[in-house]
Amino acid sequence: MPTEWISGLVGGLMIGAAAALFLLANGRIMGASGIVGGLVDGSGRGNRVERAAFLAGLVAVPGFLAALFGGDTHASTNLAVAVAAGLLVGIGTRIANGCTSGHGVCGISRLSLRGIVATVFYILAGGLSVLLFKHLLGAI
Amino acid sequence: MRSLYAFLSGGLFGAGLYVSGMTDTRKVQGWLDVFGDWDPTLAFVLAGAILPMAVAWRLTHARRPLVGGSFPAPAEARIGWPLVAGSILFGIGWGLMGLCPGPSMASITYGGTPGAVFLAAMLAGMRAAPPLRRRLDALTTA
Repeated sequence: MPTEWISGLVGGLMIGAAAALFLLANGRIMGASGIVGGLVDGSGRGNRVERAAFLAGLVAVPGFLAALFGGDTHASTNLAVAVAAGLLVGIGTRIANGCTSGHGVCGISRLSLRGIVATVFYILAGGLSVLLFKHLLGAI
Repeated sequence: MRSLYAFLSGGLFGAGLYVSGMTDTRKVQGWLDVFGDWDPTLAFVLAGAILPMAVAWRLTHARRPLVGGSFPAPAEARIGWPLVAGSILFGIGWGLMGLCPGPSMASITYGGTPGAVFLAAMLAGMRAAPPLRRRLDALTTA
């Protein structure tokens, strides 16, 4: 669907502009797992107000848009899947020190080898995960 | 000002995730579903996001952040096992649910029970990760 590709590109430019703002204004890398992870494990105590402000915007604006125009994640209603996936994403991103926004958007754009390697591995693992759980096991 | 910029950045990030369709798990899983009905949208999102950010990195040369302080140090080049193993674990979970950290928080007001359960498990995993990593580090250096 080409219209979805266009909204993908426009939304992507907004994500990149958000990351650019966080870097140029505050001198910080916009990595979602790092920002929230530092609050959860206490390592980001020194700048917790900045982290909380970022997360407040991240929750409030899409929430407002979804209230106006509708929103649905179409996520699996199997709660065992949600728990397993959540644990994997939480542990994995903190051990790898980054996720799609930190390693993907902020890392690749500065041609960071770590960002590129991480992105290759999580996309490969994600593809194999969908192959296994959707097509081979029929679990999702 | 630091908090205001952070709030604006988070809000713009969230709006971008919403507009691009990245809080819809079907689109994310569709991108990862190379052997099924492949959806290329995520490639457009990633390309769109990298573009302004590549410009921003160039602008950091010989400048300071607006609020003062300094820019992040140049990227490390060390590829250790935590980077690879962590990314593999993350990828498996990402494929399973179709959510990564940013979208899981952006969609919390409209993701229902599955979204809330995923986010709670993710935060628990993030809390458990540092001690887990210390243990694995001790094993690999022993």
